[in-house]
Amino acid sequence: MSESPPILALADVSMAFGAVRALQGVSLELRGGEIHALAGENGAGKSTLVKILAGVHRPDEGQVLLDGTPQDFHGPGDAQQAGVAVIYQEPTLFPDLSVAENIFMGRQPRARFGRIDRRAVRAETARLFERLGVTLDPDRAARGLSIADQQIVEIAKALSRDARVLIMDEPTAALSGNEVARLFTVARTLREQGCALLFISHRLEEIFDLCRRVTTLRDGRLIATEELDGLTPEDLVQRMVGRELDALYPKQDTTPGEAVLKVSRLTREGVFTDVSFDVRAGEIVALAGLVGAGRSEVARAVFGVDRYDAGGVQVGGVRLPGGSPTAAMAAGIALVPEDRRQQGLVMAASIERNIGLTGLRSLRRGPVVSRKAERDRAADWAIRLQLKYARLSDAVGVLSGGNQQKVVLAKWLSTEPSVLIVDEPTRGIDVGTKAEVHRLLSELAAQGLAVLMISSDLPEVLGMADRVLVMYEGRLAAEIPRAEATEETVMAAATGRTRQEAA
Amino acid sequence: MAPEAPAKTRAPAARAAAPRGAARLVRWDVIVTALLIVVFAGGALGTSDFATGDNLSFALGDLSEIALIALPMTLLVVAAEVDLSVASVLGLCSALFGALWNAGWAIETIIPLLILIGALGGLVNGLLVTRLGLPSLAVTIGTMTLYRGLAYVVLGTKAVAQFPQNYADMAVKTVPGTPIPYPFALFVVLAIATAIVLHATGLGRALFAIGAQEEAAFFAGIRVKRIKLLLFVVSGVVAAFAGAVYTLRYGSARADNGIGLELAVIAAVLLGGVDFDGGRGTLGGVVAGVLLIGLLRNLLMLRDVATEIQSIVTGLLLIVSVLTPRIVARVREARRHHRGSLPAPS
Repeated sequence: MSESPPILALADVSMAFGAVRALQGVSLELRGGEIHALAGENGAGKSTLVKILAGVHRPDEGQVLLDGTPQDFHGPGDAQQAGVAVIYQEPTLFPDLSVAENIFMGRQPRARFGRIDRRAVRAETARLFERLGVTLDPDRAARGLSIADQQIVEIAKALSRDARVLIMDEPTAALSGNEVARLFTVARTLREQGCALLFISHRLEEIFDLCRRVTTLRDGRLIATEELDGLTPEDLVQRMVGRELDALYPKQDTTPGEAVLKVSRLTREGVFTDVSFDVRAGEIVALAGLVGAGRSEVARAVFGVDRYDAGGVQVGGVRLPGGSPTAAMAAGIALVPEDRRQQGLVMAASIERNIGLTGLRSLRRGPVVSRKAERDRAADWAIRLQLKYARLSDAVGVLSGGNQQKVVLAKWLSTEPSVLIVDEPTRGIDVGTKAEVHRLLSELAAQGLAVLMISSDLPEVLGMADRVLVMYEGRLAAEIPRAEATEETVMAAATGRTRQEAA
Repeated sequence: MAPEAPAKTRAPAARAAAPRGAARLVRWDVIVTALLIVVFAGGALGTSDFATGDNLSFALGDLSEIALIALPMTLLVVAAEVDLSVASVLGLCSALFGALWNAGWAIETIIPLLILIGALGGLVNGLLVTRLGLPSLAVTIGTMTLYRGLAYVVLGTKAVAQFPQNYADMAVKTVPGTPIPYPFALFVVLAIATAIVLHATGLGRALFAIGAQEEAAFFAGIRVKRIKLLLFVVSGVVAAFAGAVYTLRYGSARADNGIGLELAVIAAVLLGGVDFDGGRGTLGGVVAGVLLIGLLRNLLMLRDVATEIQSIVTGLLLIVSVLTPRIVARVREARRHHRGSLPAPS
């Protein structure tokens, strides 16, 4: 196959958000008639790269080249004009408009007197679907379309704008096997028609199935761009994760005690199935897996903010009634949720009110809440967690992400729980605070707390956990003791390869 | 360029210190209280009949129902909900009062029954909001019409009068030695109780959290639905009781009693500085807002201003009270942005 010149390229691109260097000197070439894979862990810089290509971000350094000419995208509109289209994991269509109307939204062909030429819209849409080799009714409403079909509509929309570069950001995460196969057929069709495609997926077998070359990012740096031919999945994982674990993960050795949290055969239809595990006192158990594998959903059900259909949760031998966070708290469970800003904190309220919110009963003196007790509780935890703040009466919204997370931790640790569930405890916080949170979790476990930690950060999982539970598509795929947990074993289970080998 | 630089470098420090003192002064409830004093003083100087014991007593009595209903309404709005059916619950209870009294029931039996009906009306609102997840604005617009309709079913367009003197007296007589009528005295007691609940108890903390960020409140183990249901029931109970007061005060039970009263209540609550989006407000502000509305209505009446103009004034006040804090916030935001975009002095 002869090398065609790149349609779209990045040359030595760097990008920083505050102190965080998201990309450093990354180059990438997307050629016509080629499907190129982008691999890397969460946080490696893939999203930032996609956003630069899509015109959402402008790089601090380096250039975006279209047909060899430097471009200055001032927004997503510019990138679309230039023929770059992004297909996201979950497209956003107008549910009440028809498929055809969605495709031509804002650019409808006109008939006489400025009326929309519905027949042309329909015919044009049918032609696009034919070109993609799919059968979809242009007249049906977008509401109720499967995610796979919605993606097809998005791809058709991109083609109707004469897109030559198609970026697919984890398009398969929510698709079934057949749907993935159809998407791949469409992708190959576009490749034959000369488009350049960038494909992002956590599922390694898909990358090997679909793509010719792969670019791997790690910590914002370009590790390699190479032919997939001759590469093994293990090689690719090595490139994605190969990193030293250091003082970021000060895990103390502990002797686990009794099982405090027992989850048995927990099932929520369509979300997770038959999930059973224990967490013992003094133990940190990590729940690993890909985004969308059902980890947070299990945590939410255990804590009672979501209901479950079958199975049960026991704390200290007592069975919890499902669907009640109040009961879960009374039994000694605390949940530091994934979405700090929506679920963890009342952003407009003060630090002391937020920390006090979980202890309204215990702060009571007679019928009223004691302001002194409320302030003491907040001040006490602020010191213990080394919170950086001006006044306890300041709104938590003014704190940095790391300090906000400390407030959430303070809010929950002050309930003196016996089980602490932390969902992505260090997402979006700086490295220094991250190490502090890890030290805290380690100390708490050493004092006998049972910790269940959900994390997409593999080094964090390996560095902190006594045991690693791995979820894949709503089920527990593997349980790996600390000694055997490596990036390779966890990634293998998280991408479903363990099960395939077993089958 | 150069000569300006020193002035610019000095400015930020002064600016940084300024907002704290200023923010305290521009608190909305403080402004409303100040406005209340101004209106009172202006009324006393400009209208001869205003500052008399008889008139003030009448003005406070006339305000009783609005004032009483404003208390649970404050709790609801802080929790980012609203109850528009209160005036219709009042009307329904007034109509029932008349019908049952005509049928020969004793007042001692009627009033507890009315309160039960109010609780039921509130329960229906609360269940529709919490179980079905419907917005309270829509639910209570529906029940507002429904309950008013029931009031006409109960009493038609008749009016029932001739209530016993000892009960009528309780609705209009003043606490001995003061110009304060008994219903308003009850408001004062309940206002203190509500202020304690809102500002000093766990329930109050929970209400602010629900109004500001319901999901975070739920994740913190707060029984959001149960609390909301309770608020709607309390709102219904208070509206029912206000219906009894209204009926006795005017000595007339009619199905159309208190039509449009819910708007005056909401105007008073918003004028008192409670954020219609929830999560912010003080009960002191609401008390000031209630009094301000009452005094204005009284002044306009003394000056023989037509009722249409009175409702125009209420409407304008409502809009101004919702708009002003937002404009202030916008201006502040714009200023901060403007400052932020200035080149830093080298």
